Amino acid sequence: MSFVALKMLVGDRAKYLGIILGITFASLLITQQTAIFVGLMTRTYGAITDLGQPDVWVMDPKVQFVDDIKPMQDTKLLRVRGVEGVDWAVPLYKGLLRARLADGNFQSVNVVGLDDATLVGGPPEMVDGRLADLRRADGVIVDVVGANDKLAKPSAVPGAPKTPLAVGDQLEINDHRAIVVGISRNTRTFQSQPVVYTTYQRALSIAPRERLLLSFILVKAKPGQDVHALCERITRTTGLAAYTRDGFEDLTVNYFLKYTGIPINFGIAVVLGFIVGTAVAGQTFYNFTLDSIRQFGALKAMGAPNGMLLRMIVLQAAAVGIVGYGLGVGAASAMGFATRNTELAFRMPWQLLLVSAGAVALISMLAALLSIWKVVRLEPAIVFKG
Amino acid sequence: MDVGVQCRNVTKTYGEGESRVTALRGVDLDVRLGELLMLVGPSGCGKTTLISVIAAILDHDGGDVRVLDRDVRTMTARERARFRGETIGFVFQAYNLLPALTAAENAAIPLLIAGVPRTRAVARARELLDSVGLDARANALPAQLSGGQQQRIAIARALVHEPRLIVCDEPTSALDHESGQTVMELLRRVAQSPERALVVVTHDARIFGFADRIARMDDGRIVSLEANHASGGVQ
Repeated sequence: MSFVALKMLVGDRAKYLGIILGITFASLLITQQTAIFVGLMTRTYGAITDLGQPDVWVMDPKVQFVDDIKPMQDTKLLRVRGVEGVDWAVPLYKGLLRARLADGNFQSVNVVGLDDATLVGGPPEMVDGRLADLRRADGVIVDVVGANDKLAKPSAVPGAPKTPLAVGDQLEINDHRAIVVGISRNTRTFQSQPVVYTTYQRALSIAPRERLLLSFILVKAKPGQDVHALCERITRTTGLAAYTRDGFEDLTVNYFLKYTGIPINFGIAVVLGFIVGTAVAGQTFYNFTLDSIRQFGALKAMGAPNGMLLRMIVLQAAAVGIVGYGLGVGAASAMGFATRNTELAFRMPWQLLLVSAGAVALISMLAALLSIWKVVRLEPAIVFKG
Repeated sequence: MDVGVQCRNVTKTYGEGESRVTALRGVDLDVRLGELLMLVGPSGCGKTTLISVIAAILDHDGGDVRVLDRDVRTMTARERARFRGETIGFVFQAYNLLPALTAAENAAIPLLIAGVPRTRAVARARELLDSVGLDARANALPAQLSGGQQQRIAIARALVHEPRLIVCDEPTSALDHESGQTVMELLRRVAQSPERALVVVTHDARIFGFADRIARMDDGRIVSLEANHASGGVQ
């Protein structure tokens, strides 16, 4: 009877499209909002992801997330280097400084100071120039998004597009001259500030004078070393906090989940999508069943048991669920693709597709429940009533 | 002649308290195999209730109903559904064809419910459509057919699984005179057989002539049961 169920479903085009539309809308909203949420959360730890080389991040124990800088004494670096299992350890400066633009405006920039000798912690991809060019006098590398937008040079003609910052251009960071020697491509940051790389010593000279300036210590474990055990050993030996890359990403995400309204805001949108989708799909599906009630009654009179009718309705619900889910996820993907080079944070890992599929399956089943209830309780004798 | 349906002192009431309505007040009726029995009477006399009880889709309150030697009241809902699917064919006043299915697919439904594979079921349904003169319209949707043609599909559907009892509820009331006559001729020619009983509920006096016997109902009772000599049928 499967083909009968499917033909009944698509036979009423208007209702069929109405149900599909409801589920598509819910699927789109749930997938798209969750993807933006995941994208935003990914950006919160983009600075950690971009640093592929170190196994362990060492920091002040009070640090709550990657941008929560609590500087340490430079001597801590030496202590960490002395811990058993550490292959190498390098300093990293990270701080928010003010850059003065060519038009006189100021822009906050995320300055990252890399170990002078090794340049460990550099950008994951160079668009122009080389990482080694940081060793040139006053050299800085600027991320391409910042160079094209917030740090771009104003046009001489009013209203004309800005000119992207390029290699050879000059910046002024905290009253210090900086020459752009490279353009990099990074994971966008949560606060969308441009990222400026330079050497550790130059970063210290640019940064305002403070007693402590060492933000993080990046550690590489010796081959075969258990990274979690090394983290515990560093903490035990130095009194500092030590996290694996995944651990530090989790710490950062958990901070944003716990202390910002982002999850609630996105959660409301996702729940609304779920409710609206369920209401629209449920009501249309129920109306479709009501309109087909004499047909179900006739089938029942002709010997179709409740189990068969139940399977028919579940199949119909599953069919509209699958089509609606495909359309919704497809539309969400298209939106994500269309906005891939914009400020919009959008990330759709496969786990998200499973969550979305689960939500749509729930919507479809909820939509089917009322119909099943109606049909199971249906008296087949209605077929004899004119 | 064997009895297909046997009703003894059958009662049925709807509702409770002041809204209580008695639909059947002790009905005694036998329907024999091989005969076409018409159940006639004014609106509200209990015809539809009685046919629903006979077709095992409505429980009666008192008395005994045996259909093809089975006591339907002792069956579970699932057994009753299977019993209907295997032994009873239905022809409804409003046809109740599924609008999204073709004529052949509609006629195949009882076989599909019984689990017969689609291609075999539709092939068998086409044979039945041929016997009711609609083979050429086997792929048409109900909306593309006249009322008379739709009722002929319903007859094919009622016969496709070779049931031993066919119940028809006002099969001609929505049809013009000529179509009604055609439908009834078909029922007599194709549906009637020595191993099968037909019960037809109708208001339509123009088709009384097709009955072997006519049972008149009034106020929940059978008030007369007459052989119809004009039909040349059983007595």
